[in-house]
Amino acid sequence: MAKVKGAIVVDTEVCKGCEVCIPVCQDNVISMSKEVNRKGYHYAYMSNPEACTGCTNCALVCPDRAISVYRVKVTD
Amino acid sequence: MDVLDIIKPENQVFCKTKLMTDTTLSYCPGCGHGTAHNLAMEVVDELGIVEDTIGVAPVGCSVLAYDFMNVDITQAAHGRAPALATAISRLWPDKYVFTYQGDGDLAAIGTAETIHACNRGEDIVIIFVNNGIYGMTGGQMAPTTLPGMRTSTSPYGRETSSMGNPLKITELVANLPGTYYVTRQSVHTHKHVRKAKKALKTAFENTRLKKGLSFVEIVSNCNSGWKMNPIESNEWMEKHMFPFYPLGDIKVKGKLK
Repeated sequence: MAKVKGAIVVDTEVCKGCEVCIPVCQDNVISMSKEVNRKGYHYAYMSNPEACTGCTNCALVCPDRAISVYRVKVTD
Repeated sequence: MDVLDIIKPENQVFCKTKLMTDTTLSYCPGCGHGTAHNLAMEVVDELGIVEDTIGVAPVGCSVLAYDFMNVDITQAAHGRAPALATAISRLWPDKYVFTYQGDGDLAAIGTAETIHACNRGEDIVIIFVNNGIYGMTGGQMAPTTLPGMRTSTSPYGRETSSMGNPLKITELVANLPGTYYVTRQSVHTHKHVRKAKKALKTAFENTRLKKGLSFVEIVSNCNSGWKMNPIESNEWMEKHMFPFYPLGDIKVKGKLK
């Protein structure tokens, strides 16, 4: 059966660490990093990349559009 | 499958629209303005009307919209964006003219311009971002502030007996004959973002019909002004703002719902 796998890339310098992307991610892929960017914000990163389906929910709610989404179909 | 195998240009399904400049948005983290800006520009991009779009920026937090939106855009005196947009759309009737205003600009100092532009039925789109507070100047009480809501000038909550009642300007303009499409949306979750984008698309398409003004309100948060973190402010907005400002279409194709 075809499965969908996704991945996100966060522009860490654009991310302001508002965490709005975390509750909208149904697969709990995103967490906030312990490190900070040049502005001093903790940025979002994929802590659970296996679960990402590339649904784009996180990117849609990101006010700064720091998230790019990639998606690919995988056939087992 | 490795993550690096997925992250390839041909697999990209979402990225920032090229109609937003690379300038860092001046908004606070989690502010709905950023999403609203991006949605407007994504709609302009998808409709392929970049060359024919002219925006009018307001005074307020979003005064720098001209730095962020990569379309032809000008900036009006405080509250006068609908008047300026009227002039632009009358001089260039084949252009898509939109204004982007906050509640301090549209519902306070610019009430007269807003109501008259709506009543005249100008062929423009008004994007109205309502967060119930004067965000830029330090969180003072606005006409749209909810009863009992704490702001820096109503620290014990807005008392309607002495401070008056909040203004539901969207319902007000929906009752004017000049408006063709009036809706209220929000951008705090993915579902609402998708609906808001659809509404903005309809609004921009309506400009061509020459049947009246399209008014899209976006209920947004102001986490700095409300003194909350972004997640809390979104929850507060759902709990308190939405019962007073219910989401949904108010007027479609010139008919009240």
